[in-house]
Amino acid sequence: MNLEILSIEVRWFLASIGAILVLATVIVQALIRLKPQADLGNLARRVNSWWVMTGVFTFAMVLSRNISIGFFAFISFLALKEFLSLIPTRRADRRVLFWAYLAIPLQFLWIYMEWYGLFIIFIPVYMFLLLPLRMLVIGQTEGFIKAIGTIHWGLMLTVFCLSHTAFLLILRSPDAPSEFPGVGLVLFLVVMTQLNDVCQFLWGKALGGAKILPKVSPGKTWAGFLGGVGTTTIAAWQIGPFLTVLDSGQSLLAGLIISIGGFIGDVNLSALKRDMHVKDSGSLLPGHGGILDRIDSLTYTAPLFFHFVYWSFQWHTFGTGIGK
Amino acid sequence: MSPFNHFFRVLFFALLVRPFVLVMLGLNVRNRAKLPTQGPVVLVANHNSHLDAVTLMSLFPLRMLRKLRPVAAQDYFFRNPLLKWFALRVIGILPIDRRMKSKRTHPLSGIDNALKRGEVVIIFPEGSRGNPEQLGRFKAGIAHIAKNNPQVPVIPVFMHGLGKALPKGEGLLVPFFLDIFIGEPLPWKGEKKTFMEELSTRMRRLAAEGEFPSWD
Repeated sequence: MNLEILSIEVRWFLASIGAILVLATVIVQALIRLKPQADLGNLARRVNSWWVMTGVFTFAMVLSRNISIGFFAFISFLALKEFLSLIPTRRADRRVLFWAYLAIPLQFLWIYMEWYGLFIIFIPVYMFLLLPLRMLVIGQTEGFIKAIGTIHWGLMLTVFCLSHTAFLLILRSPDAPSEFPGVGLVLFLVVMTQLNDVCQFLWGKALGGAKILPKVSPGKTWAGFLGGVGTTTIAAWQIGPFLTVLDSGQSLLAGLIISIGGFIGDVNLSALKRDMHVKDSGSLLPGHGGILDRIDSLTYTAPLFFHFVYWSFQWHTFGTGIGK
Repeated sequence: MSPFNHFFRVLFFALLVRPFVLVMLGLNVRNRAKLPTQGPVVLVANHNSHLDAVTLMSLFPLRMLRKLRPVAAQDYFFRNPLLKWFALRVIGILPIDRRMKSKRTHPLSGIDNALKRGEVVIIFPEGSRGNPEQLGRFKAGIAHIAKNNPQVPVIPVFMHGLGKALPKGEGLLVPFFLDIFIGEPLPWKGEKKTFMEELSTRMRRLAAEGEFPSWD
């Protein structure tokens, strides 16, 4: 348990999230009692799933850093599996898919080893070069480019992009190599991303108006997008300096990056689902859909926020095991 | 079944099959409430993979394990003593003699007896795993069972995904989410031909409920 080393701010923040969930549960239960004729089953399932997700995520974050890294590896596994189950694949490519799965333990091993150089090129370069080779050995050229393109695209989104979240956990300053400010940064990234999803949805419902990308996501409006960006940026500006190493200005900028990036990640996966003629990417999270439905925004916000943090400070990463 | 074998069976399902099916693969079960809570009942499913039977069995609570009897080919599972012990004592298969050489007992009489004991019989009427994720022709033995046991509900179940994860002739498992659709019980109306037609239609309708990406 590394609860002791969690900063008092992180503990306060986790407690507030718990309080918000309690409040949401009370409101939903009251609505169900007051309006028995309205169908609120989905809302109740949604809140229940939030409890489960928050509970699992909090446990994974506070138990130990290695458990947190393993947790993100598992989320990547679920997301890649959901993606590969969703898209058309070729029978001949079973072994290629297996190799794509093998990228997950390796990618998170580099993170565990604090090996930034390999973490950042392993999937974009080495897996990019290796997977086609595996496919060539099998030799089925019919549908080759579509197959290799879709598999690598999915690997980039579900493993490479998401794994940036875990890399935040092992960042440390050369001035204080025994301190890991990552838990606060991850909480900030994940909570701001989810908050942005909820706010864009609520502002869109409340204000309606002109649609922003009607062909991809007919439910999304300019009002929802701008309302979400505004709310998330203000929340980030307030919470960032309290929870993370970012100052007010950096937090504000981070909020802007997360809210705009989150929107793109969301509609990016919406386009995939629309292409596959499905409403939800899966059924793992009752009321929400699949795992991709929940982490779609994070596939964009994680790498964007990570690089913002990575270039804003001097970090010591390259290897306690390797090199220096 | 001996208490030792049953204990082993519960452990096998609780510690191996269930975590494996839920974590490595992942389930999307539609109409789970239509799954029977007691026998006698016949579950009719399409066959794609060696894992079909244990996956279906993992949907039931552990206390029902004793009652679950997947029908399987004797010639395949009795090849060696260890496999035979595993199939009979751990999985609890109802062996069927596909060669039909011995005329003394009807090959399906074991199923009738199991149903009389109130068990849940799981049967794959395509006969073999065939081409993965392609619905083969159903053999008429299932109509014979329905005729002999007209009061026993016959529930069609459509499964998708295991043929991709572990198809016939492959030893390497590749994770995919599984879809399992449970259908309405099929009535016996007194004629084998109409029963078989009805079963095929129901199965195709269940399959059409899913939006499955192409796989070829």
